[in-house]
Amino acid sequence: MTGIDFTQGWVNGWIITIVLINLLGCLWLLWWTRKRPEDPIKDGESMGHSFDGIEELNNPLPHWWLNLFYITIIFAFIYLTLYPGWGDAKGVLGWTSVSQWETEVEKAENRYDRLFEEYAQIPMEQLATNDEVIKTGQRLFGNNCAICHGSDARGNKGYPNLTDSDWLYGGSPEKIKETLNNGRSGMMPALGAALGEEGVKNVVAYVLSLSGRTGAGNAEAGKEKFNMMCAACHGPDAKGNHMLGAPNLTDNIWLYGGTEAIITETINGGRQGKMPVFKDKLTPAKIHVLAAYVYSLSK
Amino acid sequence: MSTPDKIAVKEINPQDSGDLYKKREKIYQRHLSGFFQNIRIVTIWITLGVYFLGPWLSWDSRQAVLFDLPERKFYIFWFTFWPQDFLYLSWLLIIAAFALFFFTVLAGRVWCGYTCPQTVWTTFFMWIEHITEGDRHQRIKLDAQPMSTKKFVKKFMKHSLWLALSFWTAFTFVGYFAPVRELWFDLFYLNVSGWALFWMFFFTVATYTNAGWLREQVCMYMCPYARFQSVMFDRDTLIVTYDEARGEPRGARKKTANPDEMGLGSCINCQMCVQVCPTGIDIRNGLQYECIGCAACIDACDSIMDQMNYPRGLIKYSTENAIEGKPIHILRPRLIGYGVVLGLMIITFLSTVYSRVPLELDIIRDRNALYRETWQGTVENTYTLKIMNKTQAAQDYHIDVSGLDNIIPHIPKEVSTLAGELLTLVVTLEMKPEDIKQRNSTVYFTVKSASDPSQEVTEESRFLSPRN
Repeated sequence: MTGIDFTQGWVNGWIITIVLINLLGCLWLLWWTRKRPEDPIKDGESMGHSFDGIEELNNPLPHWWLNLFYITIIFAFIYLTLYPGWGDAKGVLGWTSVSQWETEVEKAENRYDRLFEEYAQIPMEQLATNDEVIKTGQRLFGNNCAICHGSDARGNKGYPNLTDSDWLYGGSPEKIKETLNNGRSGMMPALGAALGEEGVKNVVAYVLSLSGRTGAGNAEAGKEKFNMMCAACHGPDAKGNHMLGAPNLTDNIWLYGGTEAIITETINGGRQGKMPVFKDKLTPAKIHVLAAYVYSLSK
Repeated sequence: MSTPDKIAVKEINPQDSGDLYKKREKIYQRHLSGFFQNIRIVTIWITLGVYFLGPWLSWDSRQAVLFDLPERKFYIFWFTFWPQDFLYLSWLLIIAAFALFFFTVLAGRVWCGYTCPQTVWTTFFMWIEHITEGDRHQRIKLDAQPMSTKKFVKKFMKHSLWLALSFWTAFTFVGYFAPVRELWFDLFYLNVSGWALFWMFFFTVATYTNAGWLREQVCMYMCPYARFQSVMFDRDTLIVTYDEARGEPRGARKKTANPDEMGLGSCINCQMCVQVCPTGIDIRNGLQYECIGCAACIDACDSIMDQMNYPRGLIKYSTENAIEGKPIHILRPRLIGYGVVLGLMIITFLSTVYSRVPLELDIIRDRNALYRETWQGTVENTYTLKIMNKTQAAQDYHIDVSGLDNIIPHIPKEVSTLAGELLTLVVTLEMKPEDIKQRNSTVYFTVKSASDPSQEVTEESRFLSPRN
């Protein structure tokens, strides 16, 4: 546990003392007010206290009621010992809210794993046509992926749209599974220093021309620079490279944005795309279903 | 200063000590028959009949009344109630409460006397007691005897029948929450799930102890309603009363004797009214909080009066005002007030149930991105629609968007759902920048059933966009 520990040193003993005083105080009070044969005042007789003419009579609790009280006090001691009740003691059972949550998760996994294992036997192309699987996949996606890609999977700035047929690393079910399992690091180096200000402007003009637009720089000069510096990844025809996750620059689909300003920013500063690793977070069967779902979106 | 009027109080149970704890004296109710007893037999048949047959009714090839807790769905004939419909249950409980108030003001504890489950089951159990052990005097004798084979057989018969009835009660109760036919087969194959078994055991024990052993103590010490019913009584409430003016002075006499000459009233002090009372009180001491208004003493006394050739009604349903010869007001503000409220509640309940649309829509906006700008410059918002088909049939729905001009919806033309399905549908709305008038606008989603246009529901959400 991190954070401030409120039960340090004397506080710990202090809390235990308060709990003990309370429990033993209740016990003493009950014991002291019980029915006693040697009582000087008989049952039903006045205790000698009178308030506005209303007398207090000696009417102790019935025995069965008293015993119930005793049982609750014994229960309190047992409970505080079993669970973390005495100051910062861990409790005999070793119960924590986290462990309870983990047990519940495990129970759920055991329950649903069978179904997922069944799905895992079926090829993903086939799963992608099954309505039940799509619904399951949608829920998995909502819990694990929607936070970046959006619940409609249409992506956002820096997070690819998964519903079109444009893929950075390839859109076959196996490729999607690979992406999910191992994550991806989309590394675009910063080329501002290497190209110089003029160079960047020209390359931007060339990149814009690939999707039928014009920029401030000289696209012809930009093309030369491009072939030197960029084609290694994006390819001589700028159609991208699935091996490296280099985007196709000719289709007017942009991961970070396609305006002149944003492309300039991209070339100057580079980009660091990160898709997290999911193989430690989800079971292989779940990833299988999820990959099938994502695959179904692009069809 | 005038001295205030003192109300004469009669000490009914003089206690030797101030000890407030009283040990229960077992009540042996004498068997009787009569007009009000017959009414009770009818109400018991009706209530038990409804209870025991309830789970076995079918509707559309499934159990007609089923409270499916794991599924969070309550099936009641052609209705399926979802958790969102809990309001109806509140209305129902409020109606039940006001109906209780209304009838209590009108006629005292008729609920207790004729239809309360405690009374119904206790009466049933007493009848079993009567056929196995005999009537009151035989039971008193039997209990006083030392254990013998004969006594054991009688007791064994009684408790076996009690337990059998208790178990059947418990089984039926569980049958309202788990499909009763499957439960029935599971019983035979000893295949009942743990929880069902636990609840069957629990309700068997509860029924057996309540109706067999606790009986009137539930009414006297446990039931909250019995505690506060007295504040609903007024001087015109029907109560079981003993006509003191006519009955006193009480005393035994021959059937042929003339009571007037003997200086006696109509009460022959035969104790019948005490012996038939399920709570063991003597109604001749006046109204007491233990009285559940079951009218057993009325039947008992009337039968004696018939034998004596006296007019009936020494003990009868009457009101305080009627006994004292004061004017009777049946329609009094309290009753009219309860009646009006009760009527309003019933009308509200029926109209809301009748006009209930078995379709519900929840809209959840994406939490991570308020909006999304596409590379074409348009703005997109994403919504998750939760469409709840609360009908018992499959439905196809059309989804419409309104409230914004020139909005481009990315929504399937038609979605289909199974009966009772909760469909999750992710939809996207897109707008061109020139159509966006403000950063935050209202947009309405309308879901309509293709087969039944009356099933339509509209919910509002927001369409957000960057500063334009």
